[in-house]
Amino acid sequence: MSIISVRDLVVEYDGRRVLDGLNLDIEPGQITVLLGGSGSGKSTLLRQILGLEHPKSGSISIKGTDISTCSQADLKILRRSVGVAFQSAALFNSLSLEDNVALTLREHTALAPSVIDLIVWLKLAVVGLADFGKLHPQELSGGMKKRAAVARALALDPEILVLDEPSAGLDPIVAAELDELILFLKETFQITALVVTHELPSAFRIADRIAMLFDGRLLAVGTKDEIRANQHPRVRQFLNRVPANPVHTPALASYLERYVQSQEAEP
Amino acid sequence: MANLLEIAGRETLSQLDYVGSLNIQLWATLRGMRAALPLVGNRHRWRAAVHQMLEIGVDALPMVALMAMCSGFILAMQGASELRRFGALHYVIDLVAVGFTRELGPLLTAIAVSGRSGSAFAAEIGTMTVTEEIAALKVMAFEPVEFVLAPKYLAALVAVPCLSIVAALFGIFAGGLFMFFSTHLGLLLYFRYVLTSIELRDVVAAMIKSLAFATIIAHVGCLEGLRVRGGPDAVGRSTTSAVVRSTFLVIVADAIFTTIFYFVGKT
Repeated sequence: MSIISVRDLVVEYDGRRVLDGLNLDIEPGQITVLLGGSGSGKSTLLRQILGLEHPKSGSISIKGTDISTCSQADLKILRRSVGVAFQSAALFNSLSLEDNVALTLREHTALAPSVIDLIVWLKLAVVGLADFGKLHPQELSGGMKKRAAVARALALDPEILVLDEPSAGLDPIVAAELDELILFLKETFQITALVVTHELPSAFRIADRIAMLFDGRLLAVGTKDEIRANQHPRVRQFLNRVPANPVHTPALASYLERYVQSQEAEP
Repeated sequence: MANLLEIAGRETLSQLDYVGSLNIQLWATLRGMRAALPLVGNRHRWRAAVHQMLEIGVDALPMVALMAMCSGFILAMQGASELRRFGALHYVIDLVAVGFTRELGPLLTAIAVSGRSGSAFAAEIGTMTVTEEIAALKVMAFEPVEFVLAPKYLAALVAVPCLSIVAALFGIFAGGLFMFFSTHLGLLLYFRYVLTSIELRDVVAAMIKSLAFATIIAHVGCLEGLRVRGGPDAVGRSTTSAVVRSTFLVIVADAIFTTIFYFVGKT
């Protein structure tokens, strides 16, 4: 049985359809990568899965609970089993790294402070930041912030880990380190991960399954090999990095010429 | 003409939407306020509320005191220059005492707090919105209203009335200094006259006004922050808007309360 199930999901912003009848199943213990270009609806789907927005129609179930119809109390309980690392890391700047990780433990559990300190140290050690706990987010590099966000997401030992663009804006080495971290988490904790990205090397390194989005629809869902073998023109275009609207130099030149002429013709 | 009506209609709807949002937010915050109370609530929220009280109240104390002293001098001097002509210089004491207790104490405080803390609320929450910290709170199973707004509102409800009392005391004290230097009236005797001029209902009216002003400042600041969409420029706009709107609403509320108290006082 799938741990996250999306059925006939339709999302609209001001009448503009962003997700159009989407169906997706995410299997437990696997890394599922949501792949797609900018504006394809990846982040919208993520916000829907996290219950941050309501769909126009359709449903999303996490561990069998429909998040659009369940009570706020049930949603809160459900959210404790989902760890999220946002694209911007979204660490609380007023808190140190330790306090960022400890926040959910202090507020949602009755653990003793010494136990919380130990767990925080362990989580920071998992992401390689054990020596940086006293620092504040503004004192960290981009890659460290992303790893700290993962540590915070892991604080309550979630069954599901959601990562939004984990390698965006990072240099290839740091991005590769994050990929290895995600694989390590899956292998060590048997965690289910949903990773949103448009970085092809990262997606093909970590994914068990890839779901490819285009214009609010799922073009293809399958293993890495199935996606590589997919012959859908849009999938091929994305994988082969073919520009959608290539700059047509002669057309641009003639447009500029006409513009200059029209400016000169004006009195 | 049709265009004018259209603009007026759109603007009216927008303002109604704003007031409606303020009321919904106020209701939600009142419901979440229990968590910020000492003993019965969450100790982390109470600690945050105390921290906010220090920022709103203690940090603003020198500025409010100085503003009140200057205004006290101005009011006493302006009053004296007119009342002296009728041989009624002693009425300066009533003017300053009643004026500061009923009106200037709460109003000066509200303007100072609106400029300092209202803008700070908008900037802080606006930045949290832009950097996805508010979304992070939600997915970490926290209620942003309870986590962010309730401590700020509770702090404003405590700090603004306290500051109003301090402002009134300093304003009245400045009037006393003026009377001492202009008529050699002893300060002790001056304060005895002050106590005979002020009635309990003046103090009650001032406290009611202060609580209303605190509500306006806290909620306008927080709502402006939560409504931020976009980047850092939007945070800047929300900060300005928070100060302008809260100052305007404070003065409107003051006019309404003064009218009510005027007619209630007559009967």
